[in-house]
Order: sequence, then structure tokens, then C-alpha cells
Amino acid sequence: MADLAEISTAATPDRVAAGSPAIHTVELSKRFGGTVALAGLSMIVPRGEVFGFLGPNGAGKTTSVKLLLGLIAPTSGEGWLLGQPIGDLKTRRRIGYLPELFRYQSWLSAREVLAVHCELAPLPRSSWKDEITTALDTVGLTDRAADRVGTFSKGMQQRLGLAVALLGEPELVFLDEPTSALDPVGRHDVREIIRGLAARGTAVFLNSHLLSEVEQVCDRVAVVDHGRVIASGTMDQLLSGTTVRVRASGLASGDRAKLAPFGHVLEEGDQLTFTNLNVERVPELVAAIVAMGARVYEVAPRHQTLEDRFLELLEEEDS
Amino acid sequence: MPPPLVIARLTVQEASRRRLLLALVILTLVVVGFSAWGFNKITTVTRSDGTLLPPAAVTAITSQLLIVITFMYSGVLALSAAVVAGPLISSEVESGLLLSMLARPVRRSEIVIGKWLGLAVLVAIYAAGSAFLEIAAVDWATGYVPPHPIELVLFVGAEGLALLSVGLLLSTRLSGITGGVIALVAWLMAWIAGVVGDIGVSLQNQAIENVGTISHLILPTDGLWRGAVYAMEPDVVLATLRAGGTIAQANPFAAVDPPPVQFLAWVAIWFALMLALSVWSFRTREI
Repeated sequence: MADLAEISTAATPDRVAAGSPAIHTVELSKRFGGTVALAGLSMIVPRGEVFGFLGPNGAGKTTSVKLLLGLIAPTSGEGWLLGQPIGDLKTRRRIGYLPELFRYQSWLSAREVLAVHCELAPLPRSSWKDEITTALDTVGLTDRAADRVGTFSKGMQQRLGLAVALLGEPELVFLDEPTSALDPVGRHDVREIIRGLAARGTAVFLNSHLLSEVEQVCDRVAVVDHGRVIASGTMDQLLSGTTVRVRASGLASGDRAKLAPFGHVLEEGDQLTFTNLNVERVPELVAAIVAMGARVYEVAPRHQTLEDRFLELLEEEDS
Repeated sequence: MPPPLVIARLTVQEASRRRLLLALVILTLVVVGFSAWGFNKITTVTRSDGTLLPPAAVTAITSQLLIVITFMYSGVLALSAAVVAGPLISSEVESGLLLSMLARPVRRSEIVIGKWLGLAVLVAIYAAGSAFLEIAAVDWATGYVPPHPIELVLFVGAEGLALLSVGLLLSTRLSGITGGVIALVAWLMAWIAGVVGDIGVSLQNQAIENVGTISHLILPTDGLWRGAVYAMEPDVVLATLRAGGTIAQANPFAAVDPPPVQFLAWVAIWFALMLALSVWSFRTREI
């Protein structure tokens, strides 16, 4: 497991001061019948930080978000958002949320949907107009403000969901797969929005399996699998190694096993990717492969990407 | 505006924007138009000797026909309430629409109460509006006005509200189609159980009579319907029914007495129980 320095065991309800973290959980778990959806989530997300929550499908990411928002009750464990116990109604005034399943009243216009959320938030009525105008402008829906949501494409509905989450300048925003329906331009826009939120001190909990996206915007990430956090830390802490890609032919499967001392390896056809190898050992690796009678066509060391590390972690977890 | 009222407003708005209200208004106007024409014929129809019907006969026939037409209205109301209430919560949970709303400072109980309030307003508007138009049309066509029009609206409206409450409770757990179908079958079963109870009364068999009584307690729609029937029966019909004894009274379109006060009190408790059960059911549901 990577850095656990930020994972605390000292969780007390007294952490209600303004300086309390955006998110703090201690052994939060959730069972659905006999299925463990989340097995003891402990973490702290400081205020103003962009936190990436990664994991394969079914790892427990969306369950975690729902638990944190108080939409479902935990089986055990505790958690605090902005210093208040999860599920606290007043705290929800300071939180924005874009669900993975983003659906809004199709019979309302975009502006009306936002007005409903202003009303439920609740925001002072005098501020609604400015809030709605700003949110629509931020997500690029100003021109479609008066159109019924039912006429929107999926991408536009996701943009609307983002606008809903931004209302009222929340202190903490949960974005559950915020770019799943967006084109590359939309994804770029979302990254800019997230950076904008961070710049004004809003903490962002980004739930995503688009690793390149997470890599670009997050200060810190946690990787979850089978309902457990298997690694967490800052990007630098997680991605300290070098990845080396080697393209070679003529390697027997038995020979490949002999390369185990060079660390974890991913195999795709005649391509071998050593996910965490010190660059100083590259000549030694090439010599070993050549000694096995194989022909080397390409050796490409590069910094480890989040995807490399992610796959490595999941394989380690499975083994 | 408090969250339950926001939710209620959205429910009414949805019915309006989805043109449910417009469809009901048009259908009601069509039925009212045809029935006014039909009722008018009663006053001009002649017997075999070429004479018009006496006023008492016009009143009796009109009242019976009005009961049948009202049964159709109550059927439309029950059907609409079941169909609209069935998916009210379940479809919004399945689609994810409720997720972003529940992440606001909104309790689940407020969602349930708001939805119920919104549909209750729609039921009340439909019951009052269609009853007013129909009664006005009958009055214009025959000069007959049912003896207790206010009670008529209240009983028909309460029947729709009862179906709506059942549909809403089911929608906290079941899919829209399943909930709607169950609510509808429950309404028909309650009606049939009421007829069975009548047969028990006519046969003076306590066990069979209990079937009707118990069904009225579990789902009071038939009991409320009998209240609506009583509100539409003129003295001449009541006298005939009373003279006919228990056999004549064994009829789902007849009632010789208004619903007892104890039953009405139970109906109030039943509504509170249904709403409480719906709130509990939704609060304990995983979404």
C-alpha cells in the first residue's frame, strides 16, 4: 500500500471547527445483503484539494459517494463532511453533487431545473438569477437555458448536472464520473472547471476511471478495489517509478518468467511493459533478454503513468 | 417555499407539462357533452301511450344514470391515480432523478409528502371540476341535482386519494408498472369484496358480510364509493330501496345509509397510516 500518512485513526466528532477537513471517514463500510460494497474506508481529504477516487467498475466508488452524501446509511463506521457527521442536512447546503446517473426533470427548462435546486439548496431568492446565469455560463449552456431538458443530448444533460453541482459556491463538490458523456472539448472544459473550483478553495471529490483526467487535475488520489482502498497518496508518491516498454521477439513463455526479478510486467503480444523499474537497470534487462536468444526491437523508458500504476496495483491485489 | 411544497409543485407541473391535465379536461368535456345530450333525452322520451315521463320517473332514471356515470369517473380517477402514483418514486429512483435532489437539505419524508400533496391537489381538482361540470350538465338537461353534491365530490375524491396512497406506497419499493397494476387490482378486488359483503347482508350471513367489512377496512375505496352513491340517491330511490328489503340493497350501485362516522374516522386514520408507511418504506430503501 502506498502512502498512508494521511489516513488517520484518530477520528472524533469534535472535529467540527472551521478548519476541519472536507472529508474524514473512519472504517466506513457498506453491505448490500451478502455483498460487501465497501469494506472499511478510512481517509481524509483536506479542504481545497482535488481528490481522485479511482477503481475498476464495481469497486465501490459510487457507493462511497452515496455514503458520504448520506444517501445511503453505512453498515458500520463513521464519517464527517466539513466537520459535521455525514447525512447532516444543514451541511448539504454547502455541498454540490453530480451523480453518475445524471437525470433532471425533462419537462423543465435548464433554467427551471437550476431554480428548483436554488430553492431546495436553499439559496436566497435574490441570488438565484446571478447563480443560475453564472452556472449556465460556466458549463456553456447559456444559449440553451430556456430549452426543455428533454431536448438535450446526454452531454448537455451532464453539463447541466455540473451546473447544478456548482450552484451556491459549495465548499465541497462530489463529481461522479463527470465526463462520461462528454466529448474531448467537454472533458477539457470540465478539467478547467475543476481547476477553477480548486483555485477558489473548493474541495473536489472526483470519482473517475478516466485516469489521464485524474492525473491532470488531482492533488491526491486513492485507488479502491473490492471495496477497499489499496493505495493512496499524492501523484508524486504514487508515480515514483519508471515504466520501461520493451518490444522483443523470440521469447519463450518460460524465458518470460525468468524476467520476474525486473519487477511487475504486463504482456501484450511481443510487447513487455515493466511497470516499475529503475532506469539504471535497463541495460541489465536488455542484456538478459538478448541472452535468452530474443531479438530486441525497441526499448522505451518513461515516467510511470497513473494507468501503469493503477494496473500494477490491481494485478498485485488480484495476485 | 418548504421542500414538500416544492416537490408538490413539481408534481403538478409535471402532470401539466406532460399534458395529463389537458387530456383529462378534454375527455371530461367530451363525456359531459355526450351525457348532457343523453340526459336531455330522458325528459323528451315518450311512453307507449305517447305521454312524457312523470317528474318522479325522470328523477329516478336520472339519478341511476348519474350513479353509473359517476362510477365511470371514479374508475378514471382510480386508474389515473394508480397509473400516475405507481411510478412516482420508483421511476425517479431508477432514473437517478432523485439523487441530486436528495443530496440537498431535503428529507426523504418530505419527498413522499410532497409527491402525495401534489397528486392530492390533482385528484381534488379533477374530482371537483368533473363533478361540477357533470352536475351542471345534468341540471341543465333535466333539472335534477343530486341531494348531496358536496359529499359526492368528497367521497369520489377520497376514493381517488386512497388509490393514490396505495400507488405511492407501492412505488417506494416496486417498479411503476408493478405498483400500478397491484393498485388497480386491489381497487377491483375491494369493489368485488363489497358486493360479496352485500350478498352476506341480503342472506343475513355474518361470515360473508364480514368479507365486505374487512375489505372496507383494508382498502376503503368501496366504502367511500358507497358514500358517493348515497350522496346521489334522491328520496324516491331511497324509499324504493328500503321497501325492497335486504335483497334490493345487495347492489354495488345502491346505499340506503350514509357511511357510519366510525368508518369515516377509520378512513382518516388509514390515510395517516398509509402515508407513514410510505415514509418509512422510502426511508429504509437503498437508492
